[in-house]
Amino acid sequence: MTRKLALRVGELVLVLLIVSLGVFSLMALLPGDPAVAILGAGQPPEAYTELRQQLGLDEPTFSRYLDWLASAVQGDLGRSVVPPQSEVVDRIVSALPVSLQIAVMGLVMAMVIAVPVAMWSAYHEGGKVDRLIGAGTFALLSVPSFLAGLLLIMLVVNGTGWFPRSEWVRLGEGDLLGNLHHAFLPALTVALAELAMFARVLRGDLITTLREDFILAARAKGMPPLRVLFSDALRPSSFSLVTLMGLSLGRLIGSTVIVEYLFSLPGMGSLVVNAANQGDFPMVQGAVLVIAVLYVLINAGIDLSYGYLDPRTRRAHV
Amino acid sequence: MTAPLLEVDDLHTTFRTPRGAMRAVDGVSLSLAAGETLGIVGESGSGKSVLGRTIMGLITNGPATQVTGSVRLAGVDVHGVKQARRRELWGTTVAMVFQDPMTSLNPVKRVGLHLTESLRLHRGLSKGAARERAVELLRQVGIPEPARRAGQYPHELSGGMRQRVVIAMALACDPQLLIADEPTTALDVTVQKQILDLLQSLAERLDMATILVSHDLGTVAGRTDRVAVMYAGRVAESAATDAVFGTPRHPYSQALIESIPSIESRPHSLLATIEGSPPNMLAPPAGCRFAARCRYAVDRCRVEAPALEPRGAAAGSVVACHFPLTAPLQHQRQEVGA
Repeated sequence: MTRKLALRVGELVLVLLIVSLGVFSLMALLPGDPAVAILGAGQPPEAYTELRQQLGLDEPTFSRYLDWLASAVQGDLGRSVVPPQSEVVDRIVSALPVSLQIAVMGLVMAMVIAVPVAMWSAYHEGGKVDRLIGAGTFALLSVPSFLAGLLLIMLVVNGTGWFPRSEWVRLGEGDLLGNLHHAFLPALTVALAELAMFARVLRGDLITTLREDFILAARAKGMPPLRVLFSDALRPSSFSLVTLMGLSLGRLIGSTVIVEYLFSLPGMGSLVVNAANQGDFPMVQGAVLVIAVLYVLINAGIDLSYGYLDPRTRRAHV
Repeated sequence: MTAPLLEVDDLHTTFRTPRGAMRAVDGVSLSLAAGETLGIVGESGSGKSVLGRTIMGLITNGPATQVTGSVRLAGVDVHGVKQARRRELWGTTVAMVFQDPMTSLNPVKRVGLHLTESLRLHRGLSKGAARERAVELLRQVGIPEPARRAGQYPHELSGGMRQRVVIAMALACDPQLLIADEPTTALDVTVQKQILDLLQSLAERLDMATILVSHDLGTVAGRTDRVAVMYAGRVAESAATDAVFGTPRHPYSQALIESIPSIESRPHSLLATIEGSPPNMLAPPAGCRFAARCRYAVDRCRVEAPALEPRGAAAGSVVACHFPLTAPLQHQRQEVGA
């Protein structure tokens, strides 16, 4: 068990190293000179050289990577090269909770809707409601999130005035209700994009599970149908859903840019996009590194959850 | 005289398929007294498994299935009552052991939970009492270290052990009728005998009526009071087990028995087979369904379907053949499956 865990952790560290190298070289390989991006074109050549020296860009790439990695491990991702040259870590610490909250809330909302819908659909496979749900989820899948977000703003915010469009209220600053109030619509926008996929995947797996002998055996014991559905069918059917959810969570942390713009949220997506536009390479590297590390960790967590979902996998894993 | 435990009257189970109505069970009548054992034998597709499930009410009228005729089980009209009432019978009055123990246990549930959940549902036992009873049941079906096994997952048990668990699951709430649907087909030959012996001894000890469904005549020989031989959705012959094996009256029963390889047959001799294949149940033939493969068939057999009648034999013995056989079989087959 200890050996298994050590192997697992070693594997994780290796993956994270590769990720960090990828993140670092991404900026190094990218065309364009950060000095030009920062100062703008048309400056005397000495100004660029000086700035490069100042930023340490004249050193060999690999030694720069090692320096960067060494400080990153100690929690220092450097300073932004764009005024006001704030600490990268500080900016991430302020942006990450916003993205995490929207992503988690969105996923929870998606699950709360998708799971019962999928169960109903699978239980009444081929029925009217099932076909209706099938068409509905298919339609949802084809709605891009900027459209869903715009529609929500138009219909709900402007139409009813129930939701504010003012400044984001930070989590942990006392006003929890105000925060949830703000987060609801962006989270719903995220949920709408994800839930259709969740519902379809779970429905498919449930239908397969419901044809299993052990479902018939549970019914033959006299178990009520709903209980069979919840206690016998759901767990063995949730593999793809849980995998999908992990991938979604990892993806959503860094890529809800559109939703963030629509609802003017100070999240990770806008942070990365703005930094990239300004050539703020320490910011991009830092933010992408954090997102990538989270992605890897979340999916490692998902891997661990398989052991709970299916006891058969507990031994099979190395 | 008390009413029999199970009375099946002119039961039809028809599946609506895109290619037409598939008559899986096509007019079966049978009855079973408390504590009696009945073997249902037939080849794949003869409708024996569907019959078992229809008797239990696991298959019932629905969008894709039509069930006509009646099943009375312990005085309850299985197909005439509401789903909830039918469910009350499952586990307590009738229980089923399925064919494949590898798939009939939920892979994510511990062995013990498979047993305790029905004990708690039907018997209202407390968690602790249900657990105790579950361990006792596992002991009863011959599982060593039952307390430890109860805490394990199905994949940690061998196939034979799992089938014992499935049997314990079926016995949990003392059913009066146990339907064992090919309970040994998926198991090793040596384990097969152990499981069949276990079923037999449990049925005797608990005074439980048993229907043993099998494609293997050897399985039912010597273990059942009566045998119903099924062919293409109908009962071809039904009689005391000894009578069927000694003097089969339906040509199909005879052919089936003859196709069991005997330990006395000369090495490298050809195995007796039944030529041809069963009829298409989407469009069954008009006359006797076995006529196309029957070595005795005459023109009448091909147009007129024979009714299932005593036709001059002992009480309780019926055959669906215009020209039932009378001579005892040459080979002694009693040792088969013993």
